Amino acid sequence: MKEINELNFPEDVRYSESHEWVKAAGETAKLGITDYAQDQLGDIVFVELPDVGESFEKGAEYGTVESVKAVSELYMPVSGEIVAVNDALEDSPEWVNNTPYSDGWMIEIKLDDPSEPDSLMDKDAYVSTLKG
Amino acid sequence: MKEFPGTSGLILNEPLLWEKGKKGRCGFSLPRRDVESFPVDENLAGDGPDFPDLSEVDVVRHYTRLSQWNFSVDSGMYPLGSCTMKYNPKTNERQAAQPGFAAAHPMLHPDLSQGILKLMFDLERFLIEITGMDAATLQPAAGAHGELAGMLLFYTYHQSKGAPRSKIIVPDTAHGTNPASAALCGYKPVPIKSNEKGILAPEDVAAVMDEQTAGIMVTNPNTLGLFEENIKKIAEIVHAKGGLVYGDGANMNAVMGITDMGKIGIDVLHLNLHKTFSTPHGGGGPGAGPVCVLKHLEPFLPVPRVILKKGRYLLSENFPESIGTLHAFNGNVGVLVKAYSYIMSLGAENLKKASQLAVLNASYIKTQLKETFKLAYDRPCMHECVFSDELQQAHKVTTLDIVKRLMDYGFHPPTIYFPLVVPGAIMIEPTETESKEDIDLFVQSLKAIAKEAAENPQLLTEAPTKCHRRRLDETMAARKPCLTG
Repeated sequence: MKEINELNFPEDVRYSESHEWVKAAGETAKLGITDYAQDQLGDIVFVELPDVGESFEKGAEYGTVESVKAVSELYMPVSGEIVAVNDALEDSPEWVNNTPYSDGWMIEIKLDDPSEPDSLMDKDAYVSTLKG
Repeated sequence: MKEFPGTSGLILNEPLLWEKGKKGRCGFSLPRRDVESFPVDENLAGDGPDFPDLSEVDVVRHYTRLSQWNFSVDSGMYPLGSCTMKYNPKTNERQAAQPGFAAAHPMLHPDLSQGILKLMFDLERFLIEITGMDAATLQPAAGAHGELAGMLLFYTYHQSKGAPRSKIIVPDTAHGTNPASAALCGYKPVPIKSNEKGILAPEDVAAVMDEQTAGIMVTNPNTLGLFEENIKKIAEIVHAKGGLVYGDGANMNAVMGITDMGKIGIDVLHLNLHKTFSTPHGGGGPGAGPVCVLKHLEPFLPVPRVILKKGRYLLSENFPESIGTLHAFNGNVGVLVKAYSYIMSLGAENLKKASQLAVLNASYIKTQLKETFKLAYDRPCMHECVFSDELQQAHKVTTLDIVKRLMDYGFHPPTIYFPLVVPGAIMIEPTETESKEDIDLFVQSLKAIAKEAAENPQLLTEAPTKCHRRRLDETMAARKPCLTG
């Protein structure tokens, strides 16, 4: 596992306490798990995602991610309806490890409240929670 | 100090069976045909399976060599936490292999099966006595099957009260299969967290327990190897709302003949005969997960049940409220015979002593290693203790590296990354069957590994070096499994 300063945390996404990132674009947002989360999980071998059209409240479990160590739940950092899922992860789960903020995205949602991502942490706040 | 068991002897290569042998080679000869040949309908004929042509010695050497690459409880200490890999005494095998048991046909008339039926009848009573419950079924084939049986009992019980329920409480220190067993039965698992002491707090149970909740599934001792000290209080809370308490008996090896599960509030309890009662498991054979219940749940037990009528043992289906049949015939009977043999050879006092020694051994390891590895919860442990790799992280080695290195020292790795509540968990369960000398060697190995982690971490990250196969690519195996020969 890496030190916090060896991990990558972009400025242009927001972060949740359950180690999800959200990148909002108007009414919609893409989200996935952070570099810290993938590093803790280790090599990811399977990602289970919901169907397009399903709606989830903030904090609800929307899928699971399985690594060689364990199976973990994926939690909604904000509320919304699924408009797209990253089907490519079925064949290439390693993208979550390699490029968690781009090819490794999990779902795209229509935000119930377009301002909700603003309530999440920015990079500095998230990194300081990781450093404890 | 004695030598560590790990060494590198001569390891023989062995190809796949399909790469061995030669067309026309054969391991047996068929007797001469003594009936006229008869043409078979072409629709019934087809290509045979793709088996290689091998002689007997080809096959014997093949499997002997494969077995030599392996590690088993017969070859060394196997401290796989949560799995109770105790030694399986050979007398159990001997009894189960007796032709009267081994060759008995399950469809034989009960008049001709009195021996095995009596054994099953008596075994149920032994298990009831050991656990403090009232009745038992031997049908479930393993632990998770026992859990499913338990959930079906919960379901049928609530159904009989005319008030089906939809949820079940499952703590984060329960056995990993619990939520799945509950979900398979149609219940929605409601997770609750253990407290800072690693056990359940009654108020956390009270906060989620309601009249839509069928009950709670508690593993006691839990997967941190800690006794759920508040179990009586928790059972009262659940019972007060009409719920039931399921006890996952996977960790019964800590409390055989010590904890009266009925008295502490458990309504349904499964046992793993293949763990606690010393029958081979893992790759070594099928299991058995008998379920014990209190009186009020007895009418719902699976059928057929062995009953005693006028001095004769019979199989009876006459239990109208039963959840039905869970396993063809009478369960994994060979396992039942081995467990019966184990119980009879130890007797009541020694079963209790086995549990006491299992706890003593784990406590000894915990105390010996608590300065070397970070102890997840520094409290009195039961039959297993849980450490983590926190102190070794500075050297860039992980739990996985530590336990892979342990293989070079000649020990089977402990359970790792479980329970999930402890990041980087190393869960050690020595069982009562290891001697102090062997446990001391195990402790010295782990201390030596911790030293290597600080001085030469490469020894860990490259381990194992002495096994026939080095570090396996677990990721590739999971992402791109190759399941053919």
